[in-house]
Amino acid sequence: MLEFLWLVPVLPLAGFAALVLLGKRITNPVVACISVGSVGLSAIFAAIAGISFIMSPPAGNGYSQTLWTWIQVGNFSPAASFYLDALSVVMMLVVTFIGLLIIIYSTAFMAADEDYRRFFAYMNLFIASMLILVLADNLVFLYLGWEGVGLCSYLLIGFWYKNSQNGLAAIKAFLVTRIGDTAMAIGLFLLFATFGTLDIQLLSQKISQYPVGSTTLILAASLLLAGAIGKSAQLPLQVWLPDAMAGPTPVSALIHAATMVAAGVYLIARTNFIFINAPAVMTIVAIIGVVTLLIAGFSALVQHDIKRVLAYSTISQIGYMFLALGVGAWSAAIFHFMVHAFFKSLLFLCAGVVITAMSGVHDIFKMGGLRRKLPLTFWAFLIGCASLSALPLVTAGFYSKDMILWQVWSSPSGGPVLWAAGLVGALLTSLYAFRVIFIVFFGEPKTAVDYKPAWRISAVLVILAFLSIVGGFIKLPMELEKLSVQAQYVFQAIAGVTSLAGILFAYLLFAGERRFVRSLLNSKLCVILRDLWFADWGFDWLYNNLLVRPYQWLAFINRDDFIDSIYDATAALCGFCNKVLSASVNGNLRWYVSGIVIGSIIIIAFVVLL
Amino acid sequence: MVKISLEFGLGLALVLFSLGLTGVLVRRNIVFILLSIEIMLNACGLAFIVVGSYFNQPDGQVMFFFILTMAAAEVAIGLGLVMQMYRKFHTLDTNSANLLRG
Repeated sequence: MLEFLWLVPVLPLAGFAALVLLGKRITNPVVACISVGSVGLSAIFAAIAGISFIMSPPAGNGYSQTLWTWIQVGNFSPAASFYLDALSVVMMLVVTFIGLLIIIYSTAFMAADEDYRRFFAYMNLFIASMLILVLADNLVFLYLGWEGVGLCSYLLIGFWYKNSQNGLAAIKAFLVTRIGDTAMAIGLFLLFATFGTLDIQLLSQKISQYPVGSTTLILAASLLLAGAIGKSAQLPLQVWLPDAMAGPTPVSALIHAATMVAAGVYLIARTNFIFINAPAVMTIVAIIGVVTLLIAGFSALVQHDIKRVLAYSTISQIGYMFLALGVGAWSAAIFHFMVHAFFKSLLFLCAGVVITAMSGVHDIFKMGGLRRKLPLTFWAFLIGCASLSALPLVTAGFYSKDMILWQVWSSPSGGPVLWAAGLVGALLTSLYAFRVIFIVFFGEPKTAVDYKPAWRISAVLVILAFLSIVGGFIKLPMELEKLSVQAQYVFQAIAGVTSLAGILFAYLLFAGERRFVRSLLNSKLCVILRDLWFADWGFDWLYNNLLVRPYQWLAFINRDDFIDSIYDATAALCGFCNKVLSASVNGNLRWYVSGIVIGSIIIIAFVVLL
Repeated sequence: MVKISLEFGLGLALVLFSLGLTGVLVRRNIVFILLSIEIMLNACGLAFIVVGSYFNQPDGQVMFFFILTMAAAEVAIGLGLVMQMYRKFHTLDTNSANLLRG
């Protein structure tokens, strides 16, 4: 049944084409049918392919399907071909199923929007691009999906383009990720120049015979890492993700859970053969991950906007995945990605319900006591937060995060320092997650809320909540390293206690009157820290002053365009001559005659004298 | 028959030509400018004839016939233009007919 693999990315693409080409003739229900239908069919085919892959693994644990030769230039001939192995099976299933759930949710969530058709066309294209990215057999085809994902994120973040702030956020996301994309493209050029191929399997064979830690490999790995950092919003290119909250909430869910930010993690996991042979870059990956997860955790702690809290939590969780990738725990990273996709899409979709119920208010301090008004959303959000903060034993997040922390400890390139940092991050995670719960859902109601989510929304929330709990028991079709069970129990206990401690602290700090937090804000240091964290450690300020403002200044002083001034001067000279000469053309007959006479006299004088 | 010297003849032609040219330059009335142009043409014709008789050749007189014909044609067109000019500007002053000024 693997022959139907090509249908998986093609169906959402066909749905996109249908939505674009059919134009304004189709009504909203038809739009929803096309979008849900195409992505749903794609999910079914993905499930069929996944099941048949697991039931009867093809030879070499990889199945390749070539559709046609895409480009043919000399010895450079990337094919439009798909490749299915354990890694892409997981990615494909997560992208299609989470994408499907988010699209079903959107059919109800976006019902009142006037650009219904445009929204679903972009969503379909987004999912199709992501599927091309995860299924591509060569890095050029992967790059096509990579750019498609970037384009769609731009289109969807700026979906409500009538507000110029949203447009600016979209441009910021596009430009910041473009820095990474450019680096990645250079990395691909370097790989092709060195190895003469961009086919992932061939590249893997050739690199395995290449000396470990050579400059070329380190350079290539660094450039690919830069691309991954841009897409996955890691330090120092994380600034676009909090602003990307300008888009509709389902878009945030899709960007954070199934597409876009996962692309970087996937890229590193997919090209792990390069990173393994460049140990220095692996260490950098781990350090970036750990610094990012701490920085984003602190920032999430002080945000007011419910979606921004979730955005920083995504940056932090992706940091965990990078940490896992950095210590070589590929399967742990992908496992955490899958679980994160479940609970983060759940959290965003719940946040969407909360924001709708509050008629557009994002500020968590204006919410309160929503537990009784939105019981289903409350429970779903609670499950999502529990999974996010890795509540022991009952949530999926516990198993994935514990696996990462354990591998960080036990891996030769990890160690106690990275592990401890990860543990502090885990504490922060449960602190900021339950801060939101206590502020938004507990306490006294601050506004009258009268809202019941549509049944499609409720159904999606229930499914995702279910997955966030049982997702931890899914055994990935990848060989997991044999762990010494005894030691692991100790680490599980430590991680569990950390998570519970975080929840307890969150209760003490943020439930009820928040007296302690208020008294903290009396001290100057705490206020400075809060403002620093709130502004994302001043990264936006730094980039504004370091890059944006100098650029604007350069643009300002060159606003007349230096090159243009050469042509302008030519035009001005012509104009001046025209003025002088046209003064001589005064329409006076005798003036002309005098001219002729004087001219003749001069000419005759010349002839006579010379 | 008294032979008139070449210098005398050419001098007369030069004087006539200068008179005509001065007329063209200083008069503002278009009719007088046309008259002055006729004087200049005749000065040229005189110069041709004088030089022709000096070399004992008929070419100078032939050229004079050409000039005469051309002058007649010029007057016919020129007077027509003068009529048009008067209709358009109600004056014969060339300074007021300066619509082509830049």
